[in-house]
Amino acid sequence: MSSEIITPAEAGGAAVLDSKTPGKWAQLWIDIKKNKVSYYFLAPFLLLFAIFTIVPIIMSVVLSFSYYNIIETPKFIGFSNYKLLFVDDDIFLKAVGITLKFAVITGPVGYILAFLLAWLISQIPQKYRFFYTLCFYLPSITSAVAMSVVWLYFFAGDRKGLLNHWLIQLGILNEPYLFLQNVDSIVPVIIIVSLWMSMGVGFLAFLAGLQNVPGDLYEAGSIDGVKYRWQQLWFITIPSVKPQLLFGAVMQVVSSLTVFDVSMRLVGFPSPLYAGHTIMAHLFDYAFTRFEMGYASAIAVLLFFLMFGMNRLIFRVLGRD
Amino acid sequence: MHKLKLRRLDYGGVLLYLFLTAFGLFMLLPLIYMAVTALKPTSELFMFPPRFFVVNPTLVNFRDLLLITGTSAVPFSRFIFNSIIVTGGIVAGGVVISAMAAYPLAKHHMPFKSFIFNMIVAALMFSPLVLQIPQYLLISRSGLMNTYWAMILPYLAAPMGMFLMTQFLRQLPDALLEAARIDGASEWKVFWIVVMPMLKPAISTFALFSFISAWNDPYPSMVYTTVQEMKTLPLAIQTISGGVGVVARVGTLAAASFLMIIPTILVFIITQRMVLQTMAHSGLKE
Repeated sequence: MSSEIITPAEAGGAAVLDSKTPGKWAQLWIDIKKNKVSYYFLAPFLLLFAIFTIVPIIMSVVLSFSYYNIIETPKFIGFSNYKLLFVDDDIFLKAVGITLKFAVITGPVGYILAFLLAWLISQIPQKYRFFYTLCFYLPSITSAVAMSVVWLYFFAGDRKGLLNHWLIQLGILNEPYLFLQNVDSIVPVIIIVSLWMSMGVGFLAFLAGLQNVPGDLYEAGSIDGVKYRWQQLWFITIPSVKPQLLFGAVMQVVSSLTVFDVSMRLVGFPSPLYAGHTIMAHLFDYAFTRFEMGYASAIAVLLFFLMFGMNRLIFRVLGRD
Repeated sequence: MHKLKLRRLDYGGVLLYLFLTAFGLFMLLPLIYMAVTALKPTSELFMFPPRFFVVNPTLVNFRDLLLITGTSAVPFSRFIFNSIIVTGGIVAGGVVISAMAAYPLAKHHMPFKSFIFNMIVAALMFSPLVLQIPQYLLISRSGLMNTYWAMILPYLAAPMGMFLMTQFLRQLPDALLEAARIDGASEWKVFWIVVMPMLKPAISTFALFSFISAWNDPYPSMVYTTVQEMKTLPLAIQTISGGVGVVARVGTLAAASFLMIIPTILVFIITQRMVLQTMAHSGLKE
């Protein structure tokens, strides 16, 4: 960690100069000692962060090159976990497809919906905003586990299911449709429920950011000929809340790539013909039901890179000033 | 936005309210349905045609919840107790640890400051779920399985808390800190007497987020416990339902789910004003 800042050349130079003036290394050490109180404050966080985040990342990468079933000691097997994943594991490839299909729809749709709703709410007077914020935010703070009682009933496959009942009454369906067992409807159902739950942290960030756009920007805009609301939105509002947009996007990527709860509660685990099997479900399956930790670690590492790659992409698109 | 307040009745304004109200209520429907189901007597639960609202509300489901599980090995109250201990530990510990980390990162100048900050922000960009396997190995090897520590420790160093608090603290003036230092207060004292009160909005916000995720997360209990007595609410509710597609005990399940959702709603209502104040500083920049 500590070698990040000082290059070897400088370090070498420092060693030579050390006799007279304090070199870079020595200067750094003096600085560190002078600020030791700051590090004491950081210590508990960094210690826990190292143990439960940094060490696990390293362990995941190392384990992903091994065969490890918890009982025997890990056996180094090179890249064969990754080879197995991409070449022979049809279910994994299917899970990647489902996760991406899901992420490509819920990610952008949930993100844009969250921004538009926050924008609409910011158009109304302050005193009425809380009610609407509550309406849209509440679903995201309910747990998938607790809400499954409602959704299971709503999408139930017999005539007593609410949706089936309505569709039959309206004459759209003749007989009940098995929403939760039918391979074609499983992903759409998960998407609908996830969208319902998607007005989370990002939504709050947008809402707060929009409230704090300085009013004189709009005045300046109207002098420059910004007439319509959509023009204000596009030329003034969006640029001023860019940092919040970036934060919201990062949160959205994380949540849409790790969908598992909703899928597991609604369509079961494993789901019929693996139709609701996401990467996270596959990881969980190998790690905690089959205890093939090496293989599961390889999945985790891939998911990790997927999230990181997506976030870099988002930074490239949204991060420019 | 203040310049754009809807002063007179225009079509756009009416439409906006209509749309927001309709969509808002639509979003609330499943939650209303859950509350209503928890109050339905058995005769109404399986009625055909299905009915949305309850006709004869009853509290029998809540009584059943306590009785059914009362006869099994572990009473339902034990799960509530576990959830409160674990969530309370994560929220309280997380707040103090994150605030302690945020203070030097926002207000001190020392080597590696931006490196540490950037490293932790990078951790915001992936789900802690991908670290579950090594964390499980660490916990099981250290003999912490089936303890409250196993469900609390891995979640204490939350990047989100450190991030929100640092961003919030950065925009607060240094004058107060200087004043306290001139009066001879130690850094530790400055932290508790000056920084912590200033951080209140950010603390409430992080407390809300950390409460919601800890309260709703079934994984720690699923992975780090093997005995019934140590399970937390989300996992216990799965046990009551008996798995996917089992309709038995729908009413009891709704009652349990209802009890589980109420605290999160209350915490949000209490903290919401502070939350919006904090989230205004949540932006990320490259």
